[in-house]
Amino acid sequence: MRKASVGRRVFVICNYVFIAAITISCLVPILNVLALSFSDSQAIIENKVGLMPVDFTLKAYEFVMKSNEFWTSVWVTVKRVLIGVPVNLVLTVLAAYPLSKSEQQFKSRKFYVAYFLVVMVFSGGLIPTYYVVSRTGLMDSVWSLILPGAVPIFNVILVMNFFRNLPRELEESAMLDGAGQWKILLQIFLPLSKPSIATVTLFSLVNHWNSWFDGLIYSNFTSHYPLQSYLQTLIVSTNQALMEGDLSQIMNRMSVNDTNLKAAQIFISIIPLLLIYPFLQKYFTTGLVLGSVKG
Amino acid sequence: MKKKRGRVSTNKRSLTYHLMLLVPAVIVFIYCYVPIMGNIMAFQNFYPGLGFFKSDWVGLENFKILFMMPDTLPAIRNTLLIAVAKIIGNLIVPVTFALLLNEVRLRWFKRTVQTITYLPYFLSWVILSGILINFLSPGSTADGAGFFNSLLMKAGFIKEPVFFLGNKQTFPATIIISDIWKNFGFNTIVYLAALTGIDPGLYEAASVDGAGRFSQTIHITLPGISQIIVLMTILSIGNVLNAGFDQIFNLYSPAVYETGDIIDTLVYRLGLVNQQYSLSAAVGLFKSVVSMILIVASYRIADKYAGYKVF
Repeated sequence: MRKASVGRRVFVICNYVFIAAITISCLVPILNVLALSFSDSQAIIENKVGLMPVDFTLKAYEFVMKSNEFWTSVWVTVKRVLIGVPVNLVLTVLAAYPLSKSEQQFKSRKFYVAYFLVVMVFSGGLIPTYYVVSRTGLMDSVWSLILPGAVPIFNVILVMNFFRNLPRELEESAMLDGAGQWKILLQIFLPLSKPSIATVTLFSLVNHWNSWFDGLIYSNFTSHYPLQSYLQTLIVSTNQALMEGDLSQIMNRMSVNDTNLKAAQIFISIIPLLLIYPFLQKYFTTGLVLGSVKG
Repeated sequence: MKKKRGRVSTNKRSLTYHLMLLVPAVIVFIYCYVPIMGNIMAFQNFYPGLGFFKSDWVGLENFKILFMMPDTLPAIRNTLLIAVAKIIGNLIVPVTFALLLNEVRLRWFKRTVQTITYLPYFLSWVILSGILINFLSPGSTADGAGFFNSLLMKAGFIKEPVFFLGNKQTFPATIIISDIWKNFGFNTIVYLAALTGIDPGLYEAASVDGAGRFSQTIHITLPGISQIIVLMTILSIGNVLNAGFDQIFNLYSPAVYETGDIIDTLVYRLGLVNQQYSLSAAVGLFKSVVSMILIVASYRIADKYAGYKVF
């Protein structure tokens, strides 16, 4: 091994420092929120809080624990995740399996591909979709958060590509043994597709956890808001009211919501994602690789 | 006889396939196709009480009003500006970061960096907006200046706090940079994966020939990942009208409409705040049609030059 030149060594050191700095920049805002959530309001007003809590207190968390609004919205989100993720999964697999067949095996494949491709490329837009959701009677129901996005086309493509790459002999020998298509899907294809199923499960889990706009527009009552919609009105709308100078609204919120209260709620809503983070890291990458493998 | 049995079983199989696709197809029909058809309200003077069949037809009137409204053209301009800057930034930054990270030999350092830079990607724009509003705050009556302004002032870069999100000069840049910040860790992975696919033998050969690290990067690494770079660029063309509704909706305010209002936020305000359904649907339809042309074109190009197929 040749000894590294001076220029090379300078580059390596600069490189490490630069990458470390960028990495820290990703962590700092999150640490700042964490610090704010554990700090006393007075210290925040005096602008003393950086990356470490000042005058450590759990007051904000105590307040949030007792907040009915917060926990109601958490419950709505839990409901949408518990119903929405399985619905996404079942429909994804049901659509992906027939589409993974060749045109000889399934003559209408071309039609269905075009059918799903159209909605990937052309969206109905906000207002018509809103009108359809309200006319189908979903307003203020958890189904308004689930049905409009019940068939995630990207996930269908991902699982379809995975199915296609499974050895064809598996299906042929199962058919010789007299297995029907449902049996082949449920007992052969699905058990072999765990990585891709894990990936799309996580995709739809994160999607349901993070969605906020649908909850905002499809609910007439704040008690039907999922967590992210509730946080949106709490954090963002207050801020916009501040900028617009809507005094009555500001006074109204100021008395209950301090920076550290918001910070505590933001942090609590991140915790579930942090808990499944190792899985996210593992499977989102596999998902990317899978999605790019074309049959 | 045998042949006939084969055909019957194929028909039965097809029937099972149709059955499996039934529910997904029906849901897609109701929540995707019906709204697409609902776009006819863009050519009507639509009242929800009257529905599609009884509302008056006005032809292209809504589109005329649309392009005469003072908000429309700035919104289109802002959309293009922000979206194109994001596309370029979301390409250059992850590629550069992947190249730099590829030079790192310490395994644990590489892993830690990836783990941390990956995190913001999973947080919703509601959460990130909450964080950024605090972090970038210039200070108000209730609170002192946020962390970033305090830091800049302590370092002596600025004397007065800057209202990054409330100032129409700084708003677009803040949006673009924070979007790149959110996504670069995730996007880096694509390029890192491509980098590990490059044959190490090429580097050895080049180093025997006396090529330094830098020229190796130029002549081996970049060509090695050029295909994926080209592919990602082509596929991003479809996003030219997507400036990021989730982000801008949560960070903008009337003070920055001039430089920060985009097509999607305009659609929202027109339709759901002002209840001008037809006008809003017209803006939305305009965007959908242009986007569709761009996406179809980009898929075609990707298929032709990179062999990329969606289905």
